[in-house]
Amino acid sequence: MTLAEGVWHQIFSFENYGELLALVRNSLVAGAALGLVGGLAGVFVIMRDLPFAVHGISELSFAGASAALLLGVNIVGGSIVGSLLAAGAIGVMGARARDRNSAIGILMPFGLGLGVLFLALYKGRAANKFGLLTGQIVAVDTPQMAWLLSTSAVVLVALAVIWRPLTFASADPDVAAARGVPVRGLSFVFMIVLGLAVALSVQVVGALLVLTLVVTPAAAAARITASPVLLPLLSVVFAVVSIEGGILLALGSSIPISPYVTTVSFTIYVLCRVAGAYRTRRWGDRRTVPQPA
Amino acid sequence: MSRSGPDAVISLRGAQLSYGSRVVWRGLDLEVRPGEFLAVLGPNGSGKTSFVRALLGRQPLSAGTLTVLGGPAREAGRHLGYVPQQAELSAQAMLRARDLVRFGIDGHRFGPRLRTGAVRRRVDEILASVGASAYADVPLGMLSGGERQRVRIGQALATDPRVLLCDEPLLSLDLNHQRAVTELVDARRRSHGTSVVFVTHEINPVLGLVDRVLYLAPGGHRVGTPDEVLTSESLSELYGTRVDVLRVQGRVVVVGAPDGPAAPPHHTHQLVLEPEEVRR
Repeated sequence: MTLAEGVWHQIFSFENYGELLALVRNSLVAGAALGLVGGLAGVFVIMRDLPFAVHGISELSFAGASAALLLGVNIVGGSIVGSLLAAGAIGVMGARARDRNSAIGILMPFGLGLGVLFLALYKGRAANKFGLLTGQIVAVDTPQMAWLLSTSAVVLVALAVIWRPLTFASADPDVAAARGVPVRGLSFVFMIVLGLAVALSVQVVGALLVLTLVVTPAAAAARITASPVLLPLLSVVFAVVSIEGGILLALGSSIPISPYVTTVSFTIYVLCRVAGAYRTRRWGDRRTVPQPA
Repeated sequence: MSRSGPDAVISLRGAQLSYGSRVVWRGLDLEVRPGEFLAVLGPNGSGKTSFVRALLGRQPLSAGTLTVLGGPAREAGRHLGYVPQQAELSAQAMLRARDLVRFGIDGHRFGPRLRTGAVRRRVDEILASVGASAYADVPLGMLSGGERQRVRIGQALATDPRVLLCDEPLLSLDLNHQRAVTELVDARRRSHGTSVVFVTHEINPVLGLVDRVLYLAPGGHRVGTPDEVLTSESLSELYGTRVDVLRVQGRVVVVGAPDGPAAPPHHTHQLVLEPEEVRR
């Protein structure tokens, strides 16, 4: 076996696929829920220009999860606590984009540092540590599953309630405020919702790669549609395809799941970008037709 | 010019606005009547934007009273249509024209959207009424400034407001689009008796439509008809220096604001300088 074949076999292996598939059933269900949550939250992350906040929250979420690992308590719970603290702090500290980015830049290394400290103190399996940063397939056991699904449900209900005014406030804050939309309150509520969505994503793709689920799918969808119905729908489809596709491809290999998820997600984005450029040209052609004054 | 109290849509009495110790304007008495077209003029920093924010209920007065439609400004809600100053478009760029108009109808409501058919028809009507049907489904980022402004006005009119508040709606529009936008606003005023508060640094595009002018300046303010306010005497007093106001071919030309005359950076064919433009 040549070196290249060896590497290939490490990356893709489909031996005993059926048996392995049964092992990751939980992860596939969790993946679908994460895709739904991440894809929907991502729409507002794009609209409100929050990718950096997502990254910052995920580092604090990592700190929370590693603290939970060290203390031997529920990791999803720890991850959620870390996320909410970060999201709340960002929501309070930085109403304006400029302040916000500084606040995140200050929080993020602190969170990552705390996480590294807790992991260094932890004496358990090394795979558990690595998984928090780069994701793992079989991370999801049944009690965690209950946490994941119920938190997803909370996020989905919250988004369903605030979707319309949040879209208004995100896209057109001046007019929204004039019409009595509680712009600042919604901004804070969304940060909390985003914190929950990030904490969920950390469980599967790891803290370093959350953006691939919470930003890339929505950004890809925004390239090919402006419809307020199609945009979230496509974003969810892309997120679910990325995560489930990533799990299925990663199944037989010894490599963490995240490179598979990020590659699928990135490929979708590139395809959408190409399709989007074509669409823009088409609109551009139409725009050259003289308009009645 | 009767100042009848009860039917005034906007009423300011002894209004003062200050940030800390800096007074932006004080002693402002003004009543806007139904169907009146009020232009708000003045150089940068004279408090035009603060005036808009006060009318929207987003900036409390530091003294005096303000009522909009007989109540506190922040309760005017759907009865006050607002066309904001064109801001950078990052977040709106991905929405379509029809989505922006739709916000004007039900964007403030919580929960899932019901009765979509009726709302959709209403959006189509509004887009048609401002001549924006042709680009209803085009993302806002791909529209020209003039097209976007039509959509903006459609959004502001979506609730059949009794007052239309426009903040620099002509900014960076060419003459044709300036005319189109002012005609839309005026048509609405005539057909529905909607009062118009029109904040602008260029009076000429609306000179023929304006009933009264509120001129805000560092040295005070004036309220009156354009003929009363836009005179050498009154502007010289407001600016505390000699300002000449000329009438050329039905246009107002202001020369000699504090920094001295200079060639205007744009609209040179127009031969029109506002004090603010002279300074730039």
